[in-house]
Amino acid sequence: MNTTESSGSTAASDFALDTQKQDLGSFVRNYAARLKGGELGLLPAMISIFVLGSLFTYATQSRSGKFFSLFNGANLVQQAAAVIMISVGVTFVLLLGEIDLAAGWTAGVTAGVLVTALRDGRPLIVAALMSFGAAMLLGLFTGYMVAKIGIPSFVVTLANFLIFQGILLLITGEGGTVQLSDKTVRAIMNKNMGVLGSWILAVLVIGTFVWSEFRKAQRDPAGYPLPVAVSKIIAVAIPVLGLTLIFSRNRAFSNSTVKLVGYPIVVPVVLAIVSVLTLLLTRTAYGRHLYATGGNTEAARRAGINVEMIRLSAFVMCALVAGFGGWLLASRSGSVDPQMGGNDTLLRAVGAAVIGGTSLFGGKGRLPNALLGGLALAMIENGLPLVGKAVPFGIFHVDFNKSGVKYMASGLILFLAASLDALSRKRKG
Amino acid sequence: MTEIGTPILELLGVNKSFGPVHVLHDVDFRVYPGKVTALVGDNGAGKSTLIKCVTGIYPTDSGDFHFEGKPISVKGPKDAAALGIEVVYQDLALCDNLDIVQNMFLGREQKRSGFLDERTMERKARETLASLSVRTVKSVRTPVSSLSGGQRQTVAIAKAVLWNSRVVMLDEPTAALGVAQTRQVLDLVRRLADQGLGVVLISHNMNDVLEVADRVCAMYLGRVAADAAISDLRPTDADQIIAELGAVGGAAEIKDRSRKRLVDLITSGRSGDIGLQAAEV
Repeated sequence: MNTTESSGSTAASDFALDTQKQDLGSFVRNYAARLKGGELGLLPAMISIFVLGSLFTYATQSRSGKFFSLFNGANLVQQAAAVIMISVGVTFVLLLGEIDLAAGWTAGVTAGVLVTALRDGRPLIVAALMSFGAAMLLGLFTGYMVAKIGIPSFVVTLANFLIFQGILLLITGEGGTVQLSDKTVRAIMNKNMGVLGSWILAVLVIGTFVWSEFRKAQRDPAGYPLPVAVSKIIAVAIPVLGLTLIFSRNRAFSNSTVKLVGYPIVVPVVLAIVSVLTLLLTRTAYGRHLYATGGNTEAARRAGINVEMIRLSAFVMCALVAGFGGWLLASRSGSVDPQMGGNDTLLRAVGAAVIGGTSLFGGKGRLPNALLGGLALAMIENGLPLVGKAVPFGIFHVDFNKSGVKYMASGLILFLAASLDALSRKRKG
Repeated sequence: MTEIGTPILELLGVNKSFGPVHVLHDVDFRVYPGKVTALVGDNGAGKSTLIKCVTGIYPTDSGDFHFEGKPISVKGPKDAAALGIEVVYQDLALCDNLDIVQNMFLGREQKRSGFLDERTMERKARETLASLSVRTVKSVRTPVSSLSGGQRQTVAIAKAVLWNSRVVMLDEPTAALGVAQTRQVLDLVRRLADQGLGVVLISHNMNDVLEVADRVCAMYLGRVAADAAISDLRPTDADQIIAELGAVGGAAEIKDRSRKRLVDLITSGRSGDIGLQAAEV
C-alpha cells in the first residue's frame, strides 16, 4: 500500500493530541495527566534531591561543617561521580531487564590495570587502552555467557563477582595498594576548571539546551509552543548560572595559598559521557533496539533485531562505562587497593539507577536519571555525617554519623524509590 | 467456482514433516489480491505450520511457491518481507514500553545522517493509520501499554501494511476482543482487501469468516479439505429455502447451513459434495 497517496486524508482521522494547538496551560495539563498515568520521569529524583538538600541544610545550619557550603558542594560532586558512572553503565543492562552484580569489581579491575600499567612506566595512552581493553574483555565474557550460552545474568555476574574480585586481588597483590601518581588521571577528580572554564561550560550547557528547545519549537509550532520552550530554558538556565556563580568563588580554606575555583574537572567529563550515551540510546536505531529488546524480546526478534548482539553489546557498554567509573575511583583516592569497587559500590550504583526511575524489569529508564539518582544517594552519604548527633522531633537521640544509620537511610530511600516505581506500574495497569 | 483472476501468492503441493510426523500433505494454497481468504481448521490441522512455511520460518520438504505468477523461493522471513508478505501474529509482537511510531518502525527505522528521523516516521505512521480510517488513537506518541486490545490490533495491522505490503496474514485477530472492537478489526480487514491487498484471515470464529471472507481454505489433518468461494458453501436449494421461509428467515437459514458445512469441513474434512474423498481421510 502506498502511504503517501493517502496523505490528504490525514485530517479525517482523530489524532487530537498531535494536531491540537497547544499553549502553556494545555501543555502543563498534559504533563499532569502523564504524571497521574504513572509516567513520573525525573520527578522523584528531583524531589528527593530538593527534600534532602533542604533537610540537610536546615539540620547543619548551626554546625561547623555546613551541608550547604562551597567546599561541601564540590565534595559532594566528587563523591557522587564514580557511582554515577557505574550506575550509567549498569543502566544499559537494567534496560534489558538484566543485572550486572559484578559491575563494581569491573570498575576495580579496570582501575587496577590502569594503575599497574602506569606504575610499570607505560605511557598514559597505552595504560588507558589496556585498562579499557580489560573492561571490554570482562564485558564480552559476561555478555557471551548471558546472550550466547543462555545463563541468567544474575548467576553469571554472581560468579563474576568472585572471579573479578580475584583478578583485582592478583593484580594488586594480597593486601597491596598500588599508588597512582599520573597527574592527568589524578586531575580528573582533584583539579578544578577555574572561573573561565566554568563559565564556558555553563554557556555551552545552556546554549545546547536553548538550541534544542528552539529547534523543537520551530519544527512543531503548534504542538510545542514558544512559551513552553522559553519556560523550560529559564528553568534550566537559572540553576546552571547560579551554580556556576557559586562554584566560581574560592572555596579553599582561608589560610591556604592554593585557590580552589570552578567546577571540578569531573563535572564536564561526566556530563559529556552521559550526553553522548543518551544520544546513543534515544536518537539511534541501536538505542531503540535496546529498549525494544528490554520491553519485549520476542517482538524485537520478530522485527529482525539481532537480540543476542544487543544483549552482548549492553554488557560490553556496561563494563566500559563502569570501567571509567573505576578510573574516577582511582583518581579520587590516588591508589587502587583490593577492595576498590567492592563493598556497597554496586548496590549504590543500582540504587542510583532505581532512584532515578530506571525499572529493574527492563525497558524503562534513562541515563540522566542515574545522574540525579547518584547525586541523591551521595547527598545521604555526605549529609548525614555532617548532621552528626541530633534529636529529631525532640524525642529520638540519633548519631547520624554512625555507618549503621547511614546504611539504613540509604536503604530507606531505595525503598521509597522502588515503591514509587511499583505504584506507578500499578497505575499504568 | 467463480473465476477470480490469478492469485498473488500460490503454493502448490507443499509437504512438510517434523521428523516422523507428516504435518502438511500436498497442500495447495492461494491468496488473491483484493480478496480475504479465510484459513480455517481445527487445532493441529496445520494452519500455523503453513503460515510459517509461507514466511520462510520453516523450510518446506517439497512444493512450489509462486508470487504474481513467477516461481520464487522463500528462504527466511527477510525474503518474505522483501516480497511484501507480512504476518500479524496472535500475540501481536508489540513492545509495551515503546509508543505507536516506535513500534510501527521497529527494526526498520528511518534515519537521517545516522540518527533516527522521528518526524518522517511520525508522519508516515499517522498517514498509514489515517488511510486505514483509524480514528480512535489520540496521538501516535501514545505508549502501546496504554492502548486497548482493539487499538493494539490496529497498530499491529498498520505496522504490517506500512511497507507497501502485498499480502497480509492475520492470525486470529479477533480472538481476544470485545464485540465493538471485533467489529472495528473486521472492518479494517475488509478495508485492507478493498485496497487491493491479498488478505489471509486465520480464525476459529465462523461468524467472522462468513461475514468478512471472500474465500475459504479449510484444512483437515494437514490436508486442504476445501478451497472454495464463500458462495460455494451456499446450499444448492437456497432459492427454495428463501421461497419457503421468506427473505429474512431464508437468509438466516442459509447462513446457518453455510456455517454447518464449514464446521463439517473443519471437523470431518468433508461436507456434501465438497471436501476430501473418504479414501483420502
